[in-house]
Amino acid sequence: MMASSYNAKDEDGHHPGSVSSGGPGAVKSKKPDNTAFKQQRLPAWQPILTAGTVLPAFFMIGLIFIPIGIGLLVTSNNIKEFEVDYTGVDMSSPCFNCAQNYSWNSTSGCTCSVPFTLDQPFESNVFMYYGLSNFYQNHRRYVKSRDDSQLNGDKSSLLNPSKECEPYRTSDKKPIAPCGAIANSLFNDTLELFYNHPNGSRIAINLVKTGIAWWTDKHVKFRNPGGINNNLSVVFQDTSKPVNWHKAVYELDPSDPDNNGFINEDFIVWMRTAALPTFRKLYRIIQKKKDNMTPTLPPGNYSLDVTYNYPVRSFDGRKRMILSTISWMGGKNPFLGIAYITVGSVCFFLGVVLLIIHHKYGNRNNNADIPN
Amino acid sequence: MLRRRLNRLCGGDENRVDSRTIYVGHRPCPDTEAFIPSKFCDNRIVSSKYTVWNFLPKNLFEQFRRIANFYFLIIFLVQVIVDTPTSPVTSGLPLFFVITVTAIKQGYEDCLRHKADNEVNKYLVTVLEDDRSVKKESEKIKVGDVVEVVEDETFPCDLILLESSREDGTCFVTTASLDGESNHKTHYTVQDTEKDLQALTATIECEQPQPDLYKFVGRMHIYKAEQEPAVRSLGPENLLLKGATLKNTKKIYGVAVYTGMETKMALNYQGKSQKRSAVEKSINAFLLVYLCILISKAVVCTTLKYVWQSKEGQDEPWYNQKTQKEKDTNMYLKMFTDFLSFMVLFNFIIPVSMYVTVEMQKFLGSFFITWDKDFFDSEIEEGALVNTSDLNEELGQVEYVFTDKTGTLTQNNMEFIECCIDGFQYKHRDTQSEVDGFTMTDGVMNKLHQKAGQEKEELFLRALCLCHTVQVKEPGSKEALTDQVDGIDGILPQLEEERGFIASSPDEIALVKGAMKYGFTFLGLESKSMKIKNRENNIEEYKLLHVLNFDPVRRRMSVIVQTKSGETLLFCKGADSSIFPRVKPEEVDRIRMHVERNATEGYRTLCVAFKQLSAEEYAMADKGLSDARLALQDREEKLIAVYNQVETGMSLIGATAVEDRLQEEAAETMEALQGAGMKVWVLTGDKMETAKSTCYACRLFQRGTELLELTVRTLEDERLKRQEKLYELLQEYHRKAVQDAPPVKAGVTRSWSANQDYGFIIDGATLSLLMNPPLEADASQYKSLFLQICQNCTAVLCCRMAPLQKAQIVKMVKNSKGSPITLSIGDGANDVSMILEAHVGIGIKGKEGRQAVRNSDYAIPKLKHLKKLLLAHGHLYYVRIAHLVQYFFYKNLCFILPQFLYQFFCGCSQQPLYDAAYLTMYNICFTSMPILAYSLLEQHIDIEILLDNAALYREIANNAMLRWRPFLYWTVLGIFQGLLFFFGVRFLFSNPALQDNGQVFGNWSYGTIVFTVLVFTVTLKLALDTRHWTWINHFVIWGSLAFYVFFSFFWGGIIWPFLKQQRLYFVFANMLSSVSAWLVIIILILLSLLPEILLVVLRKPRGPHSRQKKPSQSNVGGNQSSQSSARPLLMRTFSDESNPVI
Repeated sequence: MMASSYNAKDEDGHHPGSVSSGGPGAVKSKKPDNTAFKQQRLPAWQPILTAGTVLPAFFMIGLIFIPIGIGLLVTSNNIKEFEVDYTGVDMSSPCFNCAQNYSWNSTSGCTCSVPFTLDQPFESNVFMYYGLSNFYQNHRRYVKSRDDSQLNGDKSSLLNPSKECEPYRTSDKKPIAPCGAIANSLFNDTLELFYNHPNGSRIAINLVKTGIAWWTDKHVKFRNPGGINNNLSVVFQDTSKPVNWHKAVYELDPSDPDNNGFINEDFIVWMRTAALPTFRKLYRIIQKKKDNMTPTLPPGNYSLDVTYNYPVRSFDGRKRMILSTISWMGGKNPFLGIAYITVGSVCFFLGVVLLIIHHKYGNRNNNADIPN
Repeated sequence: MLRRRLNRLCGGDENRVDSRTIYVGHRPCPDTEAFIPSKFCDNRIVSSKYTVWNFLPKNLFEQFRRIANFYFLIIFLVQVIVDTPTSPVTSGLPLFFVITVTAIKQGYEDCLRHKADNEVNKYLVTVLEDDRSVKKESEKIKVGDVVEVVEDETFPCDLILLESSREDGTCFVTTASLDGESNHKTHYTVQDTEKDLQALTATIECEQPQPDLYKFVGRMHIYKAEQEPAVRSLGPENLLLKGATLKNTKKIYGVAVYTGMETKMALNYQGKSQKRSAVEKSINAFLLVYLCILISKAVVCTTLKYVWQSKEGQDEPWYNQKTQKEKDTNMYLKMFTDFLSFMVLFNFIIPVSMYVTVEMQKFLGSFFITWDKDFFDSEIEEGALVNTSDLNEELGQVEYVFTDKTGTLTQNNMEFIECCIDGFQYKHRDTQSEVDGFTMTDGVMNKLHQKAGQEKEELFLRALCLCHTVQVKEPGSKEALTDQVDGIDGILPQLEEERGFIASSPDEIALVKGAMKYGFTFLGLESKSMKIKNRENNIEEYKLLHVLNFDPVRRRMSVIVQTKSGETLLFCKGADSSIFPRVKPEEVDRIRMHVERNATEGYRTLCVAFKQLSAEEYAMADKGLSDARLALQDREEKLIAVYNQVETGMSLIGATAVEDRLQEEAAETMEALQGAGMKVWVLTGDKMETAKSTCYACRLFQRGTELLELTVRTLEDERLKRQEKLYELLQEYHRKAVQDAPPVKAGVTRSWSANQDYGFIIDGATLSLLMNPPLEADASQYKSLFLQICQNCTAVLCCRMAPLQKAQIVKMVKNSKGSPITLSIGDGANDVSMILEAHVGIGIKGKEGRQAVRNSDYAIPKLKHLKKLLLAHGHLYYVRIAHLVQYFFYKNLCFILPQFLYQFFCGCSQQPLYDAAYLTMYNICFTSMPILAYSLLEQHIDIEILLDNAALYREIANNAMLRWRPFLYWTVLGIFQGLLFFFGVRFLFSNPALQDNGQVFGNWSYGTIVFTVLVFTVTLKLALDTRHWTWINHFVIWGSLAFYVFFSFFWGGIIWPFLKQQRLYFVFANMLSSVSAWLVIIILILLSLLPEILLVVLRKPRGPHSRQKKPSQSNVGGNQSSQSSARPLLMRTFSDESNPVI
């Protein structure tokens, strides 16, 4: 179609006076260039997928993938993981009362203590996650309900948040900081871990609350407005706290100015919306002991003290606390190992099958060749 | 379209009447009623479509009339109006890009047209106005103006020639730019007008403008003081067409009759009707499927959304409240907008970019045809020409080839072989032999008489010299003709040999040259007198009284000349069938044998007859001819009636045989086409015997071929009427060719494999009987019988065809069951109709002018080029575009499927899985270039092998790569990969702590991992399919992947100002820092490609084996067998297919 219209112009231009051009084709009277490209003779590599090349590849894949898969599976199995559901759905659950009597207005907060036992020691750093189920952090209305420039410390966005934040944009005629549904629903249960020593003493385990968010998020993407200003309450004075929050954003961690306001790591972690409705988020890190002799979490009885603030019953959600060690591949997930072993085996098996077919065909063909 | 414009411009205020009256020089005429200057349109040529003002709206309107563009516009508008998951930019940007590029292209083309128009319209011409000449811009010429044109100028409008600087009142023009015929044509002034233009008072009555270049009917009334007005007839020979160029004449004056858009040139300028290729139809069918998929996806999601929301606490949990506006919206309206949102979310499944890529592929790809040096012919210094790039792939799908004989199969380079005078055969052996060059071959007939009488011989040769419309080419265009004619006596014989002749038909030249060999030389036509030099080197002069032109219906032409002595002679030459009934029967028998023998030898034969006209006879004929020529209505019919009346009672003097040599490699080409499974039909106007011999020579008919004839001769039967006989024969042939033939397997639709080859011959008369039987009811039955027979024959020969019948046949086959793809190839004006009718029209840049080339889709210099055009270019283009189309649908299916699946995990909330940048860039940047490079450069089989092995063409017959099966395969592949991408990552994300520092990934990481796997898989899939890796492929494939990685880093590396959301900030980099992400990407890519690899390896041993046997045996030879034992079979069989010659 394009070419035809280009040619049309040749035919239009019959102007008087121009010496007869000898028809439209006269322009092209030159011999075409004899270049490799124009003659479609560019030197080319012509790979051919043959059984000869594919068979070794299959065996190779099999031989490489199966060990990787075994390695992954072993790694994953070596990861210790412990999960405790403290939603309080059952009557027997210690948090049942807190879950039942929940109201937004209570400022004191209901506390409950969930006992649990670790059978195996947790070595090295232990990571403490909270997990939520049936919580749609990936709902579109939810995902877009944030203002990244406000979170980046932009003054104008602070006072005039994006429309996307509706209906969590303003409260009491003041702009909300941080605005939006994500920030508004910040997970605000407080989890504390105690080791019940066999001698009866209750030892609080030190939970580190930094290093849980992406470095780039903490240092670049999220910034407090007004630069390094210690007095965050002044910066945020014209804003209102999110409606469901108990305290303002500059009160998230008053003890540590580098973890307060928008750069509070709990907040940053929460703001990275999860991919699936059942998810976990990093809450605290339990650093390994200095001496390296005793495990970070020795086997024994523990109790999880929860300040129960976060309601999930209304949407059938669940809350969990997860303790996990971490390997080079991340948390416990046997999927990769299984996948690698399966694919490796399948490749190997296919290689064998192909080899057999190959031989059968080869023989038959050789026989057929002889009379020729 | 022009016609419409024309009506708007000119037809508004004037009611259409049959003729228009023109006042020469705007001078009122005495006896007509009041001088009313009627309104005609001005002489402005408008070929441009747009003006500066209306360009934008008009161009946009035209672009959005395309269904695809309109669809994308709607999607864009929905995105703007409704709250949709993706920003309008994602679909607006590609659409904007497409629209802009097209608009710029069209604007540029229109600009060129404006420029050309302006050059024409502003050109200064000289107009005689009130006794003086005035320079005027060409566009200001009005009908009735007297215009002066000097040598080598083109005529600014259609003129009636009034005065010429040449003494004989003629002028020469060349119409190369109109119909491509570069010979000089003679035009005549109207008699009695050339004396004094200023004093001339005349009106011209002529028909309303019509596009036929060769028809013009008019009448001129010349008013002289105190005299009855004289009436002169005007014909095409008086009309100088706009666009033609004046040659060999210093200056002429003419009166404008048609101007501007009413000139014949403008009326002939029309866009060719759009031909659509089968691939495009397939695309549309696939689009429909994908549209259904799209809609059903949207419906499913909308339904699920409301099912999900109906559950307590799901619709509006405390953490995710709706805005007040959302709460207020009507539920049903909400449902509808949700549906639209899902449509928008999934609309990428129907990609805008596919149209762009397909267009680009076609446009750029067609250059390879023009560039191909194998198509370059050193004789005419030209290569192939692509008039439309829309049909590149159709060249790979041809099932029926309709070829013209003369000039296509044969060279149209006529050579006079022999003649037969009065039953005696003369064969010229030695061109150098002098006067008595006549040598006789031994014929049965020649035993008694050695020679025909001297008188008969000379009469015959004079007839050859006189009965034609040949012109003598003048050496040096600037030289005046008179000089040359004066000097003619002195020209040496050698020079005369070199003298060029120009004629509309090469037979005539051959005949004139043939006569020259025997001593009679035609010297030229000078003011209605023809000069010939006879054997005694004396100049004989004949006054040319009338030329009874050749036309394909009469199949003969005549001249009436007057000798010096006053005798009036009529010479007539024509096909035997048209001459024999018009001469004395006893003369026929003597000649017929020769004619038939010559015809079977493949020569073109013409019979020559003459008749002496008595004075009364001539007077009658003269009057009849003049009357008929003056007629304004039905002139043609009247003329033919007079011609037929004059051309009777002649006596036959002889016959000629002219050889038409086969084109270079004609036989090989035909064999290759047949080997490629195409059916070749020869459609010719020639007689059966000649055509048949050509068919044998081209190996279309083989020795073993059984010929089924359906001609006038076979229809002759004493017992039955022609109609009944026709039916009987049809039945019989049908039984033979169709019913008795072994049933053909469904897979192999071509019947060539049947044991007995059949050839079918039909002639024009029988065909018209078959197409229009007396009983209407029989028509369809006859046609279907005929078609079935033809479809089971290897070759079909249709002889004695009129141009229209050729098109009729093409149309019939085109519309037959299965609508096969047809290709017509021809070189002459008589092939134009069939070239236009067929799916693909190919013009040969032959000797018969350029009309065929201008109307064709592709033009090639020689028939032999057809082989490469179809077998190599056509095959490759088809494979390329088919792969392109399938690949596009596939890659967008596995692009969108994860996004669809994600809806089940996000509460059907239209949350996009991928970032907007990825959504937009996927089709534009990340995956478009490799497939474009592939679709331009791929040679899955080497060109040489394609040419050597015509049978390979059959593998792609019947749109093999775009049928539903391959489509299903690609779709299943897309679905499989889409599922794999999504669920692979889904299982990985069952624990989102994927980094070795325990940190977790969010939804954008999820999408980025899926997208990375997707881009790599889709690109590598193409890499797997690529059989021909040039550096460009390497560059583009690895380049796109590198670009993707680079872009992702870049896009995630900066906090973008002006963007509301920084979703992807460092997501990609963080993903790469996770070992698990790497591992999952690798295994998913591998797993997605595994079935493909497996299939390639498994499929090969069976498929090509049976098909490949023959060629590999003949071509590969010993080389192959030595390898076969050494190499494993799976490998060998596969490599055999793509590489039979090692």
